[in-house]
Amino acid sequence: MLSLHDYSEGVKIALTAIRANKMRSVLTTLGIVIGVVVVTLMATVIEGLGTALDKSISSLGTDVYYLSKWDWFGGEWWKARNRKDVTVEEAEELRERFQLAEAVVPVVSTWQRTFKYKNRSVKGNVNGTVPEYEITSGVVPEEGRFFNHYESNAGRPVCIIGHDVAENLFEREDPIGKTIKISGYSYRVIGVFEKEGDFLGTGMFSKDTQAFIPMENFLKIFGTNRSIDIHVKMHEGLDKEDAKAEMIGTFRKIRGVPPGEENDFGVNTQDFLKQVFDSVVSTIGVVGFLITSLSLLVGGVGIMNIMFVSVKERTKEIGTRKALGARRSSILFQFLIEAATICVMGGLLGLAISWPLSLIIDEVLPSQMPLWVVGLSLSISIAVGLISGIVPAFTAAKMNPVDALRYE
Amino acid sequence: MPLIHIKDVVKTYDMGAELVHALSGVSLDIEENEYVAIMGPSGSGKSTLMNVIGCLDTPTSGLYQFEGQNVGDLDDNELAEIRNRKIGFVFQTFNLLPRSTALHNVELPLIYAGMSSHRRRERAEEALTAVGLGDRMTHKPNELSGGQRQRVAVARALANNPSIILADEPTGNLDSKTGVEIMQLFSDLHTQGNTIILVTHEEDIAAHAHRVLRLFDGKIASDEKVESPLKYAQSV
Ligand SMILES: Nc1ncnc2c1ncn2[C@@H]1O[C@H](COP(=O)(O)OP(=O)(O)OP(=O)(O)O)[C@@H](O)[C@H]1O
Ligand SMILES: [Mg+2]
Repeated sequence: MLSLHDYSEGVKIALTAIRANKMRSVLTTLGIVIGVVVVTLMATVIEGLGTALDKSISSLGTDVYYLSKWDWFGGEWWKARNRKDVTVEEAEELRERFQLAEAVVPVVSTWQRTFKYKNRSVKGNVNGTVPEYEITSGVVPEEGRFFNHYESNAGRPVCIIGHDVAENLFEREDPIGKTIKISGYSYRVIGVFEKEGDFLGTGMFSKDTQAFIPMENFLKIFGTNRSIDIHVKMHEGLDKEDAKAEMIGTFRKIRGVPPGEENDFGVNTQDFLKQVFDSVVSTIGVVGFLITSLSLLVGGVGIMNIMFVSVKERTKEIGTRKALGARRSSILFQFLIEAATICVMGGLLGLAISWPLSLIIDEVLPSQMPLWVVGLSLSISIAVGLISGIVPAFTAAKMNPVDALRYE
Repeated sequence: MPLIHIKDVVKTYDMGAELVHALSGVSLDIEENEYVAIMGPSGSGKSTLMNVIGCLDTPTSGLYQFEGQNVGDLDDNELAEIRNRKIGFVFQTFNLLPRSTALHNVELPLIYAGMSSHRRRERAEEALTAVGLGDRMTHKPNELSGGQRQRVAVARALANNPSIILADEPTGNLDSKTGVEIMQLFSDLHTQGNTIILVTHEEDIAAHAHRVLRLFDGKIASDEKVESPLKYAQSV
């Protein structure tokens, strides 16, 4: 039977042995270190993507349909190219004729515009929309406010900017009330959105790098020749399918699509994000799993090798311990603990490396290393240590004491 | 009942091409509190006999009873237990753990005996003090002289209060003056009631014992009582 003494003695011996061979022990754990770094970073990225997905989903809003010339996911873009543009007038008509919607919001966008404040500048999308955008997006500015109907109808040069735009242009200054230039035109900043994070470069769904201005103003400054999106948020408590069919029917009539022909517009929802997310996560998962398994395998073989060396080097010590009354189980345990301890140190080293890396990831993709992955990494490390230590430890345990003592 | 009862013990090593008879029919009894020196030329089987007595090795044939118990019937754990509680080994090459302090080295058998850390520390300190190393407890082997190292080894052998001390050429790696110091320790232990068996090449070391056993070619060539064993004081 193993006693507590065996345990503490085992740890003590292990630490002494590892301390005596610092460099060797560190090099041996390389595989474990890489394995743990990959696992933790993978989990961190997936977690961050999940958070970004949630943000994106909520920023797109549940129960919100996006009527557009384009299909966001799937569909045939070459067909879509020949479709009529979706116009502000169609949006206005839908708002009047379709009664099941809580809000029908036109959004028109232009990409890669320059935002300037003092000597700083960044690029991003500019969107023209109406105050009800707050309803369809489900997001209100973190600082300041969205523009109101008066500003909207009058086409006032005001804007709400995304978090990254604010950070890059203003650094520590308070943006509210300041005037920035968008493509050379002056706009007063009246609101800032909170950070959302970018989901897989689907930057068009993240408000972080964008600015929002009144539709009237947009059309005046940037022209009327763009196809727009219409965001439709349904009333609560409706039958979703009925409401959707009704919406499509109404919009077909507005667009003059003859019965029997397919829609000449895309009906998009946030669901596609989930599909992209799932496929990306499973790709990361598979690749990460392969790299992790490989490095753990290499690490395990390394540990096994070094444990064989350790057992060989300490043959005389094993003989001595046996002469003093150590049982096979005590010796077995001693070397298992040593292997596990080396691996745990590798695991801790891996965590020490991946922690700062996860903070860097956090800068790009808001995320946190999940706590469970820390526990998982250490458990995996211990398991690798035990598995690869078992054969060398067993070799040590079953040594004949006389032979071990004679070993030079 | 003798402490050690050995009857017709044979130990043969199969070296493939030839059989090496390290022990070829040894019979011998040792009583409690005897002080036995085993002598004989190199290769005569002294170490092999010690290993059998110390339960480190099992004879090829023959009977070995320790405290009336048939050692051949014991399993691995029971043998470990006997080595731990009944036998104290002292080796020619000291065999101390190089990276551990004197104190921890002496604690080793107590750890395997499952003694609490508080008690074993006490015991180890006692044993080290008894061999005159009370002021060297936290030294590591490479910070100690050869004689001091061997004294740590003696303290380690004593720590668990064994019934018998087995020493295979304990002074073999020491100069004669330090050797005498170690012999003084053994004489003291013997006076206190311990059983001592030691292997030596040197007549003046063997002269401390009360009985001298001579091996030749794996057999006992002579077994004599010593009329007036040397006291350590006389040999200095
Ligand atoms: N493991 C072994 N394998 C093969 N032969 C062995 C083994 N151990 C001992 N022998 C042989 O058994 C014989 C007795 O060896 P042992 O070590 O008992 O001698 P010894 O009397 O202690 O000699 P020394 O005085 O040199 O220590 C020798 O011939 C030795 O070669
Ligand atoms: Mg010998």
